Amino acid sequence: MEALVESLEKKLKTERLTGSEAILKCLIEEEVETIFGYPGGAIMPVYDALYDYEDQLKHILTRHEQGAIHAAQGFARSSGKVGVCFATSGPGATNLITGITDAQIDSTPLVCITGQVASHLLGSDAFQETDIIGISMPVTKWNFQITRPEEIPMALAKAFYIAQSGRPGPVLIDITKDAQQQSFDFTYEACERIRSYQPYPELKEQPLKTATELINQAKKPYLIFGQGVTLSGAEKELKEFVEKTGIPAASTLLGLSAFSTNHPLYVGYAGMHGNYGPNVKTNECDVFIAIGMRFDDRVTGDINTYAKQAKVIHIELDPAEIDKNIQTDVAINGDAKQALKALLPLVKSNDHEEWVKEFHECDKIEMDKAIQKSIQPTSELMTMAEVIHKLSIKTQGKSVVITDVGQHQMMAARYYQFDQPKSHITSGGLGTMGFCLPAAIGAKIGKPNREVIAIIGDGGFQMTIQELGVIMQYQVGVKILILNNSFLGMVRQWQQLFFDRRYSFTEMDNPDFIKIAEGYRIAAQRIEKREELNYAFDQWLNTKESSLLEIVVEKEENVFPMVPSGSCVSKIRLE
Amino acid sequence: MEQKEYTISVLTEDKPGLLNKLTIILSRRKININSLNVSTTEVEGVSRYTIVATATKPALEKVVKQIRKLVDVLGSFLYEEDQIYYQEIALYKLSLEVFQKNRLLETLIRQHGAKIIAIEENQIVIEKTGTKQETHELYETLQPFDILEFARSGRVAISKSKRRTEAFIRELETSQSNTLSIKEF
Ligand SMILES: Cc1ncc(C[n+]2csc(CCOP(=O)(O)OP(=O)(O)O)c2C)c(N)n1
Repeated sequence: MEALVESLEKKLKTERLTGSEAILKCLIEEEVETIFGYPGGAIMPVYDALYDYEDQLKHILTRHEQGAIHAAQGFARSSGKVGVCFATSGPGATNLITGITDAQIDSTPLVCITGQVASHLLGSDAFQETDIIGISMPVTKWNFQITRPEEIPMALAKAFYIAQSGRPGPVLIDITKDAQQQSFDFTYEACERIRSYQPYPELKEQPLKTATELINQAKKPYLIFGQGVTLSGAEKELKEFVEKTGIPAASTLLGLSAFSTNHPLYVGYAGMHGNYGPNVKTNECDVFIAIGMRFDDRVTGDINTYAKQAKVIHIELDPAEIDKNIQTDVAINGDAKQALKALLPLVKSNDHEEWVKEFHECDKIEMDKAIQKSIQPTSELMTMAEVIHKLSIKTQGKSVVITDVGQHQMMAARYYQFDQPKSHITSGGLGTMGFCLPAAIGAKIGKPNREVIAIIGDGGFQMTIQELGVIMQYQVGVKILILNNSFLGMVRQWQQLFFDRRYSFTEMDNPDFIKIAEGYRIAAQRIEKREELNYAFDQWLNTKESSLLEIVVEKEENVFPMVPSGSCVSKIRLE
Repeated sequence: MEQKEYTISVLTEDKPGLLNKLTIILSRRKININSLNVSTTEVEGVSRYTIVATATKPALEKVVKQIRKLVDVLGSFLYEEDQIYYQEIALYKLSLEVFQKNRLLETLIRQHGAKIIAIEENQIVIEKTGTKQETHELYETLQPFDILEFARSGRVAISKSKRRTEAFIRELETSQSNTLSIKEF
C-alpha cells in the first residue's frame, strides 16, 4: 500500500520536460536565483528555455566566460551559496578553466554547466568540440558528462551536494546538445548521500584530549586561522576560543575577516607580506594551533625552519591536508566549527599577557620600520598603503573588499581593518589577475545590501576590463578603486629586489581609464594629489550606483615586510 | 628518503574517467607507474585498481590520501611488499621448431612452474604466474631460444589483512551515516 502511494505520488510529481527545462527546474529546486553565463551554439537550447523562466532565474550576461566564472566565485564567497555559471562548448568551456582552477584551490563551491556537441559527434573533432571533461579533471572536485536527459536530475543533484559539502569546490557538468533537446519524465530528488563520498569526518575523542592538554599547559601558544573558519561559519566559536584561552591569533590571507582586526588578541596577518609578529613568533611559540588553513608555501616559507620548536595541532576538514606540508603532533580531522565547539568546554580560561605583549613589541618595530613610512609617506605622490589605510577609516572596516593580484592586494590585506565576516575576497591560491572586477560584480549581486569595493591594479584591471559592461547593463553598484602605478607593480618589486632592478616588461602605458569607464556610462574620476583624496572618497562612496576612482600612486613603492620566497619566516625583511 | 616499490590498491565505483583521475594524481607529482591493473571485483559495480609505483613512502602516503578525495573512490590503501599476496602473469611465445629441437626446454619450463597453454602449427605459448623476478628469470632462461613475443601483466594483489571488503561495501550501502568510510578502514 505504502509503495503504491509512493509510486502514485511520484507519478503526480512527474512532468514531461526537455533536458534544458529540466536543468532549469533542477536549479530552481536547489534554490538558485542567479546564473552567470555566456551563450553559444551548444548551449542554445538551455538559453532558449531560460527565456521562459526569466521570472524565476536571473541570468547575468557577462562579457567573457572568465568574467562569468569569477562573478560566480565572488557571488559564492560573499553569500555562502553555490555559484552557478553557464558556458557553451569548446572555447566557452575552456574560458572557464582559470576560474575553475581558482575555485578549486580556494575551496569555492561552484556548479559550472557547459554545453557539448551532440552525442553522436563526440570524439569526432566536431565544430567547437573539446574534451572539457578531460581538461577539467585535475581542477574540479567532480565532473560528469551527460548524454541522455534522464541523467540530468541525478547529476545535478549530485553536483550541488558535492560542490557545497565537506571542503567545497567546483563541479563541472557537460551536457550534450541532444540531451538538452530530448524530452523525458522529470522528477527531482536532492542528493543527501553518496556511498563513496564522506564529506564530514567524525571528530575523534583522543586527539581532542591531547590537544586540550597541550593547550592547557602551553606557555606560549599561538594560533593561525584560515578560510576553513569562514567556510564552516565558525567565526563566533573562534572568538570564544581565543577569548577563553587568551591565545594570540593571526590570520592567513584567506582567513582575513573571519576575526575582527580590532580585537585585542588579533595579532595580524601571517605570510610573505604579512605582519612582523605573526611571522617571527611562529618560530618562538611552544604550541602552534592551525585552524582551517593548509600551510601554503606563501605562509610557511621554508618548511624546514617552520615552527620546528612547537607542538603542532592542526584542525582541518580535509584529511589530505593533514601532514601534507607540515608534520603535526595532533591532527583533529573535522569541521572547524564542530572542533572548536568540542574544544571550548575542555580548555581552561587563561591569559598569556606577557606573551601577547611580545607581539605588541613586534608591532612597534613594524610600525617604526615599515608601516609609518607607508601610511605617512614623504613622497609627493600617494602610496597604496596610505590610500587603503584611509579607505579603511572612511568605511570603518565594514565594506566587502575584493582585490585583484599584486601589490595592492597585499596592501589591502595589510591595511584594511576588517570588522565583519565574509568581507575579504581575493584569489589566494592561484593568484589570478583579472579576478577582481568580475568577482566584485558577483559579490555585490550575492550581498546587495553591503558596500562592495573592488581594489585593482592597472594591470589586472585590463585583464577583465570588459566586465564594466555588466555593471552598466545590470546597474551593479560596485565601487571600483584603481591604484595606478603604471607598472606591474609586484613583478617590478621582485625585479628590484631579486633581479638587480632589471625592469623587464613591467612598465605599462595605460589608456585613459576615465574615458573607458565613461564609455560604459560609469561615473569616474582620477586624482593624483593627496589633498584631493578625502573629497574624492566621499564623492565616490556616497552614491548608490557604481563609480570608479582612479588614484595615481607612487610608481616604485614596495610592500614590506617581506619573507623572500622559500626563506625562513623569522628572516622577514622589514625594509 | 629511500625510494621503494609500493603497491596501491584502490576500490572504486565502476565509472568512466576514473583511470585518468587516478593517474593524474601520480603524474603531476612525477611519480612513475611501474604497473597498473584494473578489473571489476566480486561486488557488482565496484572495480579494483592495483598500482605499483616506486617512490618514498611519505610521497605515496600523500598520493593515497589524494586518491581518497576522489568522489567515486571507495577506499585506497598503501602496501609494502610483505603486506600483500601478489602475482603477475607472463606469456612467452617460441617457435615450435625450436621447441621440438630442444628436448631440454620442456624440463626447463616445468622447473620454472610454467605451463604450455597453446601449441599451434608453428609456435607455442608458455604461461607463468609469479613475481616479476620469477617471470623475468624464465625470460632469461628462454632468451637463448629466441623468444618471438613476450608480455607481462600488471600486478594483482590481495592484502593480508583480515578485513572483508565486500561486507564493508554492503555496510556502506545500507548505512545512513555519511561519516562511515571505507577509505580509512
Ligand atoms: C593571470 C596572471 N598573470 C600573471 C601574473 C603574475 N603577476 C603577479 S602580480 C603581477 C603584477 C600586477 O600588476 P598590477 O595589476 O598593476 O598590480 P600592482 O602589483 O601594481 O598593484 C603579475 C603580472 C598573475 N598573478 N596572474
